[in-house]
Amino acid sequence: MSASSTSDPAVNRAVELDGPSPTDEFVKGLWRENPVFVTVLGMCPTLAVSNSAKNALAMGLATTVVLAMSGATISAVRKWVPSEVRIATFILIIASFVTAVEYALQAFSLELHKALGAFIALIVVNCQILGRAEAFASKNRVVPSLMDGLGTGAGFTFALLCLGGVREVLGNGTLFGADLFSERFQPWVIFILPSGGFFTLAAWLLFFNFLRKRAQERRTAALPVGSGAR
Amino acid sequence: MNDTSLFDIFVSACLINNFVLAYFLGICPFLGVSNKLETAVRMGGATTFVLVVSSLASYGVHSALVAIGAPFLQLTAFIAVIASTVQLVEMFIKKTSPALYRALGIFLPLITTNCAVLAVALFQTNREYGLAQCLVFAVGAGAGFTLALVLMAGLRERLELQPVPDLVRGTALTLMLAGLLSVAFMGFAGLSG
Repeated sequence: MSASSTSDPAVNRAVELDGPSPTDEFVKGLWRENPVFVTVLGMCPTLAVSNSAKNALAMGLATTVVLAMSGATISAVRKWVPSEVRIATFILIIASFVTAVEYALQAFSLELHKALGAFIALIVVNCQILGRAEAFASKNRVVPSLMDGLGTGAGFTFALLCLGGVREVLGNGTLFGADLFSERFQPWVIFILPSGGFFTLAAWLLFFNFLRKRAQERRTAALPVGSGAR
Repeated sequence: MNDTSLFDIFVSACLINNFVLAYFLGICPFLGVSNKLETAVRMGGATTFVLVVSSLASYGVHSALVAIGAPFLQLTAFIAVIASTVQLVEMFIKKTSPALYRALGIFLPLITTNCAVLAVALFQTNREYGLAQCLVFAVGAGAGFTLALVLMAGLRERLELQPVPDLVRGTALTLMLAGLLSVAFMGFAGLSG
């Protein structure tokens, strides 16, 4: 918010009243506060179901639905929840939505439900959902909370697809089930196995660290001499 | 009813299908509390304890839910059971051993959001384990979790002293270590007959 404020007092007041626009909340979760690559939350489902792009997409969408719905609900009831029991209340709200999503997925595609296994149910204990509930939805109005949930979910889905795509291409030679290489390609089976998940995520984190560091260096280099050196 | 032998369940939960390194359960505490050997051991102990208590409690709750015919409440009931178990354990330890309570500190309440705890409850229900099998399964999962945590802490303590490039330091390095550990644990796959 401080970045967007200008010297004009009228504009300043308007910014303070409205806060960041819903679109900002969405973009924030997608990139600047990406749940996987930046805040490193929700690691368990990220690593476990990202062995193929299809599983990754399904898991990402399921988590997005839970994030958005529980964010909106928690934000709607936030004034009636005493702060002593808020965590328990949040968890129960999240658990209800997860149950709904689990049954919906079972009806929609039994095969996908089998592939994801217990990890759909384990969305309940995904720390980023409770994290968003506590840090954002319990303090903001319904529409921003909904957008925040959607944005965080989109960021999570994006990260899962990054992982799932790489792992499926290298470990199986396919993407979304379609063959990419000729028969001579020898798949690196290790990328489908659990250890491949750790390695792929480490590589992506390194890549994003590198990007962020380079951006930071450019910013310091662009500043006039003297103000950059601290 | 599932008729896997107790020994098989223990070895499978602890080594072959290690909860952290093969199923990716409980990664958050695994990455978060594995920088010191001492805290890692304590965290492992506390988690194992909660695992055992909540596993037995979930067994009871599941039987009750089946009896009243409301399986859709399973997830909500399990998470409520786990949260209250952690709370109970916290109160009990505070009363009986203040020293241990202080040593565990913030880790105790955080066990509620450890997915390994909920996963044990869900897996034992899916596989239709009996009471004794549930107990062994929970102990095995706890032992596996502690083992992974302790191994990781040992590795990270050594690595603190090594000259590592700045870019790699932090989560990326920890993840690579975890990957290597996971490769090592794949060797146990040969144990299952």
